[in-house]
Amino acid sequence: MMKKSRRSFLKVAGIAAIGLGAAPAMNFASTNAAHPVKSKNQTALTAHRWGMVIDTNKVTEQVVEHVMEACHKAHNVPDFNHEVDEEKFPNTRPVNHKQELKWIWEEHFKYAFPDKEDEFLAEKFLDLPFLVTCNHCKNAPCVQACPTQATFKREDGIVLMDYHRCIGCRFCMAACPFGARSFNFRDPRPFIEEISPGFPTRTKGVVEKCNLCSERLAKGELPHCVEASEGAITVGDLEDPESEVRALLNENYTIRRKQSLGTEPSVYYVM
Amino acid sequence: MTKNIILTGLGIFVLAVLSPFWFNMVTTTQAKPSPELLGKAKTEKKCVLDKYDMRANHMSLLDEWRDSVVRDADRMYTSANGKSFNMSLSTGENSCLGCHEDKAKFCDSCHTYASVRPYCWDCHTNPKEIE
Repeated sequence: MMKKSRRSFLKVAGIAAIGLGAAPAMNFASTNAAHPVKSKNQTALTAHRWGMVIDTNKVTEQVVEHVMEACHKAHNVPDFNHEVDEEKFPNTRPVNHKQELKWIWEEHFKYAFPDKEDEFLAEKFLDLPFLVTCNHCKNAPCVQACPTQATFKREDGIVLMDYHRCIGCRFCMAACPFGARSFNFRDPRPFIEEISPGFPTRTKGVVEKCNLCSERLAKGELPHCVEASEGAITVGDLEDPESEVRALLNENYTIRRKQSLGTEPSVYYVM
Repeated sequence: MTKNIILTGLGIFVLAVLSPFWFNMVTTTQAKPSPELLGKAKTEKKCVLDKYDMRANHMSLLDEWRDSVVRDADRMYTSANGKSFNMSLSTGENSCLGCHEDKAKFCDSCHTYASVRPYCWDCHTNPKEIE
């Protein structure tokens, strides 16, 4: 039997303690180097607060049509006037046109700007088409209304939706003073003429709206409406004094929809 | 005498109780799924995580990716093995389906076997099915 002195026991115990501490430390050092990283694409367009300026003088019926088509096609927004392919989708029940879905659409002045209607309003405004969409408000009431945080305000000012999370309660639709949101009362797929592979469709029971083409901004491209508008729509950073939108706001008289409600819309109209 | 009867009876009983195991030993089943790696996935070899991690945790990874893309606008994922991916289920070359070209032979083979019905495809589109 070996006899251990107190001294040699303490030595061994001390070395063992160092060894116990060394293993986790080395593990930490080795895994630290290879953690996955999430980042933005290098070409992505960024802003502190995205905003839109629509020059109403340049918006014609033709521009409206092009813009709506470009947006709705790219985002797989269903069109209830589209004839359903009976082979692919048998027994589709008839449509109710009141349940139409839209992300950007045409509106008359009196509906777009009800607080600015006037008996002696300049006649040109009576039949001028106004393009309206989600205003991506600074104080978005829909964001406050959403019980699941499916609708939220992104850091760059875009009011976005997480369709995965939407439970279809439609509180946001009640909260939005601009009617910018639509509800999928039924499966939208039979009414999409040609599904665009770049964006998912929605499903029955979720709300949808304009997302300011966040999927395009992430790739460094401007929104579809800007491209299709022939110069009528400009999108940029409202908080950057050097930006194109700020230059337009500086040079022109602009109005916003229902300003008195205090939601601070980010869509401006050059009159 | 009774000892022999009891023992044979016990033997028969054990054989009968374990019959499913005997049955499985003599027959073969084809039920086990074999997801196929086709096209780009076949030559690429390296996925986001290693094979077994992917098999067990791809749903958590997708969940993490979704939050990152939708909430933080971060769409690039550089994984621990140094490769970068476009955090997307079905859009673009560098997405899940961009590499695993055939959803039916890859995703569905296991999902059908395990009787799980993820509702990804209620909204997301399989580029192959669109045409």
